[in-house]
Amino acid sequence: MSASSIEALKSEFGEAILDTVEFRGEHTAIVEKARAKEILAHCRDELSYDYLLDISSLDNFGEEPRWEMVYELYTLGNGEYTHLRIKYKLGEEEKADSVSQLWPTAEWHEREVYDMMGIEFEGLADHRRILMWEGFPYFPLRKDFPLAGRPSEMPDVAFSDRAPLAGGPFVTSPTSDSTVHREPRSREMD
Amino acid sequence: MSEATLQHAAYDSKVEGNVIFTRVDTAINWMRKNSLWPMPMGLACCAIELMGTGASRYDIARFGAEVMRFSPRQADVMIVAGTVTYKMALAVKRVWDQMPGPKWCIAMGACASSGGMYRSYAVLQGIDNLIPVDVYVSGCPPRPEALLEGLMKLQDKIAESESSQAHFKSEASV
Repeated sequence: MSASSIEALKSEFGEAILDTVEFRGEHTAIVEKARAKEILAHCRDELSYDYLLDISSLDNFGEEPRWEMVYELYTLGNGEYTHLRIKYKLGEEEKADSVSQLWPTAEWHEREVYDMMGIEFEGLADHRRILMWEGFPYFPLRKDFPLAGRPSEMPDVAFSDRAPLAGGPFVTSPTSDSTVHREPRSREMD
Repeated sequence: MSEATLQHAAYDSKVEGNVIFTRVDTAINWMRKNSLWPMPMGLACCAIELMGTGASRYDIARFGAEVMRFSPRQADVMIVAGTVTYKMALAVKRVWDQMPGPKWCIAMGACASSGGMYRSYAVLQGIDNLIPVDVYVSGCPPRPEALLEGLMKLQDKIAESESSQAHFKSEASV
């Protein structure tokens, strides 16, 4: 079912489908940003992807364009595993198109993407933070935000401080480089 | 009759078994430590163990601390059970400030004591950054026995406090 959806998208949108990936039965379509919302609407209305599982975003720090939006679509009710992933890239200064008019659930997902990554959405009615408090000055899931956090102060609302990492953070980065590069001792990049 | 005989006659031997001689401090401390009303500040999985401690198998009522008050104004001891995020931190402080003294605080589990495994931008690294903690209970989460041990440690601490002197010196200093 997902494979036929990919074919349907290719025949409908042609050039706007930049690439497709299949991995263990899951299909991903990488699309043009300009037509992404149109493609997502087509998936919902014509290809019966009526359920939006999730919206997430990637930070390809150091690359251009920096952001990547990921939409996970699903079909309810036909008893099959029909999963389709739509991805597109956008630059640091660009705004993503909100799909909250297509799937109302997208509003919270988009608020989370905004809160954690700082990507803004064109057409999102409620542009508040959802996890951090209103007024928190950083976007903590960005690659240039240190794992230990940064100090901030909002009187009577909240404050934040740097966490002691004792030589950490002990995280690995996917790279073919040496272990030293895979485990950066500090992510502070001011 | 002489005056001494009169005084002696006023003594009623029937109450003899009902009279206890003690110090004011000891009496106050005894009452306080055996009627600790907890303010359950359940913020994460430690709260489940806190509920387990309150339930029949471990039965925190054996120590007089079964009256979980969900109003800070009726509570004596705040049990901070769980991860205190920065977003929650000032709310915890605010609830603590509304508790009337004398009051105590138990930091239950690794997160409340030190931030635990969350060395993160979002988590307060120990509730003792904001409010004074009397007893730290280790564990992730601690078993109910550990919390009860912590409660008994707090009772020992209360038993040694100079309650009446503190009261007469200044109510605010308690």
